[in-house]
Amino acid sequence: MAPANFPIPTGSLLALGVLLFCIGLYGALTKRNLIIVLVSIELMLNAANINLVTFSRLGVAPSLSGQVFSLFTITVAAAEIAVGLALLIAVFRLRRTSEVQDLNVHKW
Amino acid sequence: MSISWPLVIFYVIALLTLCCAVLMLSFRKVIYMALTIGGVFVGCAAVYFLLGADFVGVAQILIYAGAITILIMFAIMLTNHEAAEPPLSWNLKNVASAVGCVLLAVVLLLAVRSTNWPGGGATTDINGGNTNPIVIGLMLFKQYTIPFELVSVLLIVALVGAVILAQDRKEDE
Repeated sequence: MAPANFPIPTGSLLALGVLLFCIGLYGALTKRNLIIVLVSIELMLNAANINLVTFSRLGVAPSLSGQVFSLFTITVAAAEIAVGLALLIAVFRLRRTSEVQDLNVHKW
Repeated sequence: MSISWPLVIFYVIALLTLCCAVLMLSFRKVIYMALTIGGVFVGCAAVYFLLGADFVGVAQILIYAGAITILIMFAIMLTNHEAAEPPLSWNLKNVASAVGCVLLAVVLLLAVRSTNWPGGGATTDINGGNTNPIVIGLMLFKQYTIPFELVSVLLIVALVGAVILAQDRKEDE
């Protein structure tokens, strides 16, 4: 009897990652509120995490490295969102706005 | 033909996660967007549990669904909390972004579909007999000690930096 495969196909998991990444990319490119742009970037990082965990279980050489790597990604994402929101609050205090198109001091 | 329950559960979770993500794009009020992004994070954690990555799933719930969602809510409350996105307008930037994202998604999905992925055995044990958190702890402190310490330094620098950035400075100092 052939060994049974893992019930969830790899392609479906990767497709979920692809769709989440593209939704996040669209949000980051089109949304006007700075907080939502940050949240969309978090969504893209999450999609990358799904891929890492998927390949740690279903890759050619399954090992725990993918899971450890995704833990590092989560930590870096937490640092990123903390700094991003602190910048957002500083900008809001200075300019009274949290919209992307109002932050055009350095625009040519 | 028996129904494979993990597969059904996975598709339900994936559908709910994608629904939450699309809802996030379609809501107008910023605070609703922050709520739906919590749903996306919990859905990702459920996928991790299905894949047997218990520790990463719990970390995802703690850090993303707990801390980051609440942090975003606080940021919304500290800035203008009644902010709303304008209704969707089809100007050049939005159309170009939408076309670009759809093209990227189609290309990636075709690539995923046309590749022959290794299936992975149902009984593959990547934990080496122990439970998942034990093995991850051993790996973090034996094999990945230096990256672990570097990441902790990065985190403390980022958080102290965040406090310094966000504190109220007098202009005449």
